[in-house]
Amino acid sequence: MAHHGEHHYNLEQRFDFTAATKKSIMTVLVIGAILLGIGIVLAMTGGHHEEAGEAGGHAFHWYERLYANLWINNVFFTGIAIVGVFFFAIQFAAQAGWSTPLLRVMLSFGNWLPIAGLLMIATFFLANHDLFHWTHAYLFDQNDPQYDKIIDGKGAFFYWPMEKGTFPVFYIARMVLFFGFWVLFFNKFKKISDQEDQLGGTSHWFKMRSWSAYFLVFFAVSSSISAWDWVMSIDTHWFSTLFGWYVFASWFVSGLSAITLLTIFLKGRGYLEMVNENHVHDLGKFVFGFSIFWTYLWFSQFLLIYYANIPEESVYFIERLSSDVYGGFIFVNLGLNFFLPFLVLMTRDSKRHGVFLKLVCTILLVGHWVDFFLMIQPGTLGHNGGIGFMEVGMFLVYGSAVALVVLGGLAKKNLIAKNHPMLEESYHHHI
Amino acid sequence: MQVTSSVRQPLVTGGKTYHDVTHDISRQVEGKPSLLWFLAFLTAAGVLALGAIALVATLWEGIGMWGLNKTVGWAWDITNFVWWVGIGHAGTLISAVLLLFRQKWRTSINRAAEAMTIFAVICAAQFPIIHMGRPWLGAYWALPLPNTFGSLWVNFNSPLLWDVFAISTYFSVSLVFWYIGLIPDFATIRDRATGLRKTIYGALSFGWDGAAKTWMRYESVSLILAGLATPLVLSVHTIVSFDFATSVIPGWHTTIFPPYFVAGAIFSGFAMVLTLMIITRKVFKLEDYITIGHIELMNIVIIITGSIVGIAYITEFFIAWYSGVEAEQYAFINRATGPYWWAYWSMMTCNVISPQLFWFKKIRTSIVATFLLSLVVNIGMWFERFVIIVTSLHRDYLPSSWAMFYPTWADVGVYLFTFGLFFSLFFLFAKFFPVINMAEVKSVLKSSSEKVVK
Repeated sequence: MAHHGEHHYNLEQRFDFTAATKKSIMTVLVIGAILLGIGIVLAMTGGHHEEAGEAGGHAFHWYERLYANLWINNVFFTGIAIVGVFFFAIQFAAQAGWSTPLLRVMLSFGNWLPIAGLLMIATFFLANHDLFHWTHAYLFDQNDPQYDKIIDGKGAFFYWPMEKGTFPVFYIARMVLFFGFWVLFFNKFKKISDQEDQLGGTSHWFKMRSWSAYFLVFFAVSSSISAWDWVMSIDTHWFSTLFGWYVFASWFVSGLSAITLLTIFLKGRGYLEMVNENHVHDLGKFVFGFSIFWTYLWFSQFLLIYYANIPEESVYFIERLSSDVYGGFIFVNLGLNFFLPFLVLMTRDSKRHGVFLKLVCTILLVGHWVDFFLMIQPGTLGHNGGIGFMEVGMFLVYGSAVALVVLGGLAKKNLIAKNHPMLEESYHHHI
Repeated sequence: MQVTSSVRQPLVTGGKTYHDVTHDISRQVEGKPSLLWFLAFLTAAGVLALGAIALVATLWEGIGMWGLNKTVGWAWDITNFVWWVGIGHAGTLISAVLLLFRQKWRTSINRAAEAMTIFAVICAAQFPIIHMGRPWLGAYWALPLPNTFGSLWVNFNSPLLWDVFAISTYFSVSLVFWYIGLIPDFATIRDRATGLRKTIYGALSFGWDGAAKTWMRYESVSLILAGLATPLVLSVHTIVSFDFATSVIPGWHTTIFPPYFVAGAIFSGFAMVLTLMIITRKVFKLEDYITIGHIELMNIVIIITGSIVGIAYITEFFIAWYSGVEAEQYAFINRATGPYWWAYWSMMTCNVISPQLFWFKKIRTSIVATFLLSLVVNIGMWFERFVIIVTSLHRDYLPSSWAMFYPTWADVGVYLFTFGLFFSLFFLFAKFFPVINMAEVKSVLKSSSEKVVK
């Protein structure tokens, strides 16, 4: 190419994770921890577990709400982490050029994956009976009055090859396998990126294309199954074929919002000077487009279940819509995740200016957290759920922990894929 | 300024200049129709005429001419309808979605793909119209005209009515999009022509003057139409899937249908684009514009959409088991092992297994293999709709009503009629319209042709 001399971008730039930044994130973490503490104390002392006791012989304990919160954030932030890796892989599979300076930003979210995996497995062992109805052995015992024929029918999906109601080998194996491979692919991508930085040439780009294709195949299967495992099986009787893609769409919008926010943050600090309003515009278009896509899936699932009105399916929405705790959040969910991004990001200018995107992407992160809240709490806590100190606190704790890990990972390596064969194209990206 | 990375394949080979582009693409519009073209067109028109016999018989006698019975009340008609609508989707995907994603490789295939969309939607529209029995009344009812007189309401709760709105909107937008893209090229042909041809192409080109301002308007209209067409293309097959999924029939009522139908539609549409383009590039000697690189990229789209469809099949099967609903489980076991097992396994082989062959670079860059596999995918996608529709219906809730569907000669004939219609229209298009968008190919020539890249 003949145009190398024209640009004087610093290609060796590296994110400096300053003590001041760390301190602000730590402050949020501490505030979150305090709120969480208040929430726990309130739940332990106040509460209405006496009346819950009479409902179904199952007394409600304050820690169940803590577990449900752990699970919401495990699933939500796992999604953001894996979407970072997914979006990175998509850039190679689709031979995208515009996004080259943002590749390392996307990939950095994968740093959370190993921790997310450990947290997920630990939470499962800690809280299985309080999160997953199917973990109760009596459901599979034909002599027990609480024997459940439907759950018995699907028991093999969790327990195979062990006896149903014992140890869910198959379920745990999938969890380990998915996180294992996701981390493996993430490390592979990091390794090839490092080699490209050191050695140059185009061979790494071709190599990355192949690995991206393998990852996408694995992700296509694992993302759906993990949605069934980690979220759909909470409402053990209920089923929906669209659910895997629905969870993916929610993850994808959250991940895109996080990538956009991190990009704007880095630009604000003076990094990524080759990223201009055209690149930001493209990120905005992705957030806008996939918010509509999420709504499309939400609506498709809702409409078909509503229209056919088959009791075993419609119970899922009836349980939520008719609940004093969750009913309103259905509309909050649609308002934050559809109407707001749809109306605000409609114009070209709003997608090109950081201030709008900062606002919308932050709201979308909260909005999609609410989406997972609506998927997880009704089936685990019933009417004992809600959004209070515990929820807000736990969200802040997780969010700041993820920020620390992701930014820490980002600071270790070069911010720009300086030898990427399409870097030059991205300098000239005009839309 | 446009910069193109060295790792990208050239989009135009053979060191073409702007003039070469004009010449190579206009020459078949300007030249006398070849013998080959005449033979091809006459064959298509012959099929059309032959199929018309079945169509007339159906209209004369009523749709009792078809093999439908009281258990299987929908079969070939709606299978063919969904199949044709699905094929249409690729054109919009290439012209609208790939435009939004700024994929330069779309420029040499978008024109023919959009034409294919329009013709496929016309073919699809035949089936609901014929199915009305008395189409001269049905069209008036479905629009819905009587509504405006306040005496009769159509059923707004029915997805079949939503289909009428969705498809007619989609057709209108596609037609406008396609035509606006044609205007600069018609003007090019006008400028090279004399006599009657100049008058005709002059009228078709709406007085295009090629001024900077005109081009600016052209580009903004294209973007607006692309933005409109993208949600429309999703809505069309979504609503087609609602025709089935809003019901309570096991095998039809499943929430994954909307996005899975859209993916399947793009899958079959790309196969049809490949079938048509491989022949067109050969006959009109356009190998430098529709390169192996284009074919490879389309094959990659086929792998992706075929795999999405495959995941949807497996998801449906799995959730049928997981749901614990007996009727649902039976519907799927019956599909795979019941009397229509051959249709199910044809679908699985053609749609899920065979496209995976495109993982091999040798196969996805081979013209012959691509052509054969594109036919295989088209067959597979026809079977997919047949499997969904007929196998779900033929086992009624009452075992005494269980039945099989056997197509009659009229079923086959009406399907042939749409084939004749489709290919007649496509051959007319290929002869009289520029099959490649000259203006848009020129816009990527500087940045993406072999001359510059090497």
